[in-house]
Amino acid sequence: MVEIKAEAPGSLAAVNDFVIKFATVNGSGSSSTNRLFTWALFRMGLSVTPKNIFPSNIQGLPTWFELRVNQRGFVGRRGGVDLVVGLNPQSAVQDLAELSPGGYFLYDSTRPLNPALHRDDIHYLPVPLTRICAQEFSQSRQRQLLRNMCYVGVLVELLGVELDVMHGLLEEQFGHKPKLVQLNKRALELSGAYTREHLPSIDLRVERCERSMERAILLDGNTALALGAIYAGATVAAWYPITPSTSLVEAFERYAKRLRHDASGAAHYAVVQAEDELAAIGMVIGAGWNGARAFTATSGPGISLMAEFLGLGYFAELPAVIYDVQRVGPSTGLPTRTQQSDLLAAAYASHGDTRHVLLLPGSVSECFELSAQAFDLAEQLQTPIIVMTDLDTGMNDHVSAPLQWQKGRRYERGRLLDAAALEQREARYGRYLDEEGDGICARTLPGTHPEKGAFFTRGTSRDSYAIYSEEGGHYAANMDRLLRKWQRAAELVPKPILAHGDGTAALGVLCYGSSVDSTLEAVQRIGEEQGIAIDMLRLRAFPFSAAVPEFCASHSQLFIVEQNRDAQMRTLLVQECGNTAMDIQALCHYDGAPITATFIINGILAHTAHSDRDGDVERIEGSPSSVSPGNKQSKQPTPAAL
Amino acid sequence: MSYIAPHFRHPDQALNELGLSRRDYEGALSTLCAGCGHDSISAAVVQASFELSLPPHRFAKISGIGCSSKTPTYFLGRSHGFNSVHGRMPSIASGANLANGDLHYVAVSGDGDTASIGIGQFVHVIRRNIDMLYLLENNGCYGLTKGQDSATTDIGSKAKAGHEGFLPPIDLCAMALQLGAGFVARSFSGDKQQLVPLIKAAIKHRGFAFIDVISPCVTFNNNAESTKSYSHARSAIHSANVVDYVPERAEISADYAPGDRLTVPLHNGGEVVLRKADSDFQPGDAMAALNAMQRATADGEILTGLLYLDPDKPDLHSMLQTSTRHLAGLGEEELCPGTALLEQLNEECR
Ligand SMILES: Cc1ncc(C[n+]2csc(CCOP(=O)(O)OP(=O)(O)O)c2C)c(N)n1
Ligand code: SF4
Ligand SMILES: [Mg+2]
Repeated sequence: MVEIKAEAPGSLAAVNDFVIKFATVNGSGSSSTNRLFTWALFRMGLSVTPKNIFPSNIQGLPTWFELRVNQRGFVGRRGGVDLVVGLNPQSAVQDLAELSPGGYFLYDSTRPLNPALHRDDIHYLPVPLTRICAQEFSQSRQRQLLRNMCYVGVLVELLGVELDVMHGLLEEQFGHKPKLVQLNKRALELSGAYTREHLPSIDLRVERCERSMERAILLDGNTALALGAIYAGATVAAWYPITPSTSLVEAFERYAKRLRHDASGAAHYAVVQAEDELAAIGMVIGAGWNGARAFTATSGPGISLMAEFLGLGYFAELPAVIYDVQRVGPSTGLPTRTQQSDLLAAAYASHGDTRHVLLLPGSVSECFELSAQAFDLAEQLQTPIIVMTDLDTGMNDHVSAPLQWQKGRRYERGRLLDAAALEQREARYGRYLDEEGDGICARTLPGTHPEKGAFFTRGTSRDSYAIYSEEGGHYAANMDRLLRKWQRAAELVPKPILAHGDGTAALGVLCYGSSVDSTLEAVQRIGEEQGIAIDMLRLRAFPFSAAVPEFCASHSQLFIVEQNRDAQMRTLLVQECGNTAMDIQALCHYDGAPITATFIINGILAHTAHSDRDGDVERIEGSPSSVSPGNKQSKQPTPAAL
Repeated sequence: MSYIAPHFRHPDQALNELGLSRRDYEGALSTLCAGCGHDSISAAVVQASFELSLPPHRFAKISGIGCSSKTPTYFLGRSHGFNSVHGRMPSIASGANLANGDLHYVAVSGDGDTASIGIGQFVHVIRRNIDMLYLLENNGCYGLTKGQDSATTDIGSKAKAGHEGFLPPIDLCAMALQLGAGFVARSFSGDKQQLVPLIKAAIKHRGFAFIDVISPCVTFNNNAESTKSYSHARSAIHSANVVDYVPERAEISADYAPGDRLTVPLHNGGEVVLRKADSDFQPGDAMAALNAMQRATADGEILTGLLYLDPDKPDLHSMLQTSTRHLAGLGEEELCPGTALLEQLNEECR
């Protein structure tokens, strides 16, 4: 235990490197204000990592907004909190407890602070926010909203945020309502003045800087996925509302309204809010069967409902794109928190020997890229493609490389025979004839040719000419061909990326999706602070490319970072890569909050021989629960052994 | 077992306006039980599409699961078909139609497929007014799973195995009416005279067209005590009207006495000609239709014919204001906003 001296709280002196947590009540309008503040810091050149942690409720429950700023380009969640804006009495005890020693607690001092909220090792920043607003603004809703701008004004003053940047953002946001711009500026000014007069200066500061990532953008993953669908030529979207996927479809519709019309104004897209997820995936499969690029977006509960249709899509070989923006399950779980726990459900969704291609974007720009690629793959492989992201990637803004689209890029429509191709064909057309030997057959669309190419699509067994058949030989041959297609899929899907190291380290870490940023920071910092070299492989798709088992075989100690309890990706690795994956140590984070670099550092160091746990240890949170590998006994205590 | 029917043309077989024979509209040989009502409905679809002189490959056939849902294999062999999953045909048809509104959608379902597992999709496909023909092959039982009661089994109706309906049946025509379907009809697989023109009109109707066809299951539900048997249907049927479909440019034949006749033009061409039978409601009056149906049911009768017709309801494409070029036919030029625009979008995120 560290002894804390009452009169002298420690210092957290930091420039461009700290974490602020805003604790408010949902429905109070704080999230848009917090977002504005985030943008100001982003415009000053900082890397920002905003995390909205919100309840499944419309008004009145605790909500948090955590904002990390950083100059080195670390964009994952760090762990720990240096400054709390504690405006919610309901959560104040917990909020205060999370604060690092030497940190700051900003609160509304209109009423006296609850004596239970006392710590000797932190600094208090009392500001009478409610009183300031009550004195200045007349309407009650205005007072509430401007109170948010008031606490931002305090931070602007304390941290040294450029006021011009704040003003610029206000004008962009409310430009059409000059009165609102004025009111907000006034709130900033009042609270700034109060701060100068009554508060001490603090040790946390921001300064304009050059961001390491060039031409970076700040965007959420769902919008990037939606734009990927727009660019890839998706025309039919069918969906059923579910957090955290809803904003994906909303973004698609917004951009489609803006970008997808003919000269007369008629729409080059159709968005249908279906009656449930069964209907949503049915419409997508029907549209894909008929030649349109179609998608649905959902989360775990929707994937469960879509299972039967996904099996049909696999067996009858129909293109479809499904976005699974994962949240915490099982069942309704924590519906507004993040997790990567649908992997197994998605990979093997449906009865029978079914497997699905999964794409795993690890950044916002990659959301765009893989979203677009999903439509090509769906048609090339003639099968459903499931793009797996999660609430963190999908709904939070992320600093990202810009979205990229190669000039003149054409859509890959796969083996699709038009009327001319059917006309030229000498042999009888058979929908399931494996003429190229890679398991992928030629498709035709309804209405193509008066006499040739028609066939019957069904989920029942059939021969190579799509004729109904209950012969075991036909069935087995077809299933074997689907396996050949699966092997081809492993060559076509995005390859994994060696994101850190040169491939020669003894220690290897695998990760995917929203764990990528924090993992990259963890391996980098372990290298710098502990001198341990680590190779990091970023998985981007299932089935795994050959490079994945190779990576497993060439590292003597392996970790996988996952945001689920059961190390689901490791199960897939063991299933598909066999022995080489047996010894992977899983670091599983599953409390619903986005994973932190600290958690990963702790997890890796707890399992490495060189463990030197001084240095940064003060900042490190509780030890991660880890999952012991395969059937081996781990040497370390394993709080959540499989 | 199943195979494609041998394709040959008899020299004096009648040809339609496209020079095609009835054979060109047929499908594979049926594997249903001999005498199954569903086969007569397939034959009616063949005749209707042949007589309409529509190119067979411009149809798309979609179904769920059941004996009834197997039938699209047995008609229109030159068109693509999709035998999907149990109760979910409407969503497949909706998606297909959104992708390409230029094809004629003929969809088949059973009373199990529609009234139980698929009742939700049935309700919503009507609300969306998808341009399609929805043929409900209603035998009051689950044929393919061997004769269990369905949700259209009447109270007191006894299956061959002896079990008796004891739950209130769902009247799918009444439901369709209440949900706003623009074309609602009921018929009987054994009444080709009535069924063929109804199918023709339904195909030519723009929007959702529903035909509930009583279609006896000879194996599990054709005993005299069953209300979905041939004998019961023959004795209980009461036609609301006599329906004919008259194509564009065709002369209206002289045997209709003027005044007794109502013609309704259809958006996709041709018109429906209705002659009053003894009930006297207009086909655009939903309340009167519901009343007549309920009265008939109370009297132990089955009211058939065209029960409701409103040719002007906007279909989903009109409601969504989609382009006249079908969505599946659009390419990069129309769909991809391009590299320069993406840079602009990036700039909006800085
Ligand atoms: C999800 C699912 N549940 C159950 C079945 C089994 N099943 C096949 S057909 C059928 C009932 C078909 O009845 P109906 O739609 O009336 O068709 P019919 O055979 O009477 O023409 C059932 C329950 C299935 N195929 N799928
Ligand atoms: S079981 Fe009944 S519904 Fe099925 S084919 Fe035989 S007669 Fe027709
Ligand atoms: Mg039935």
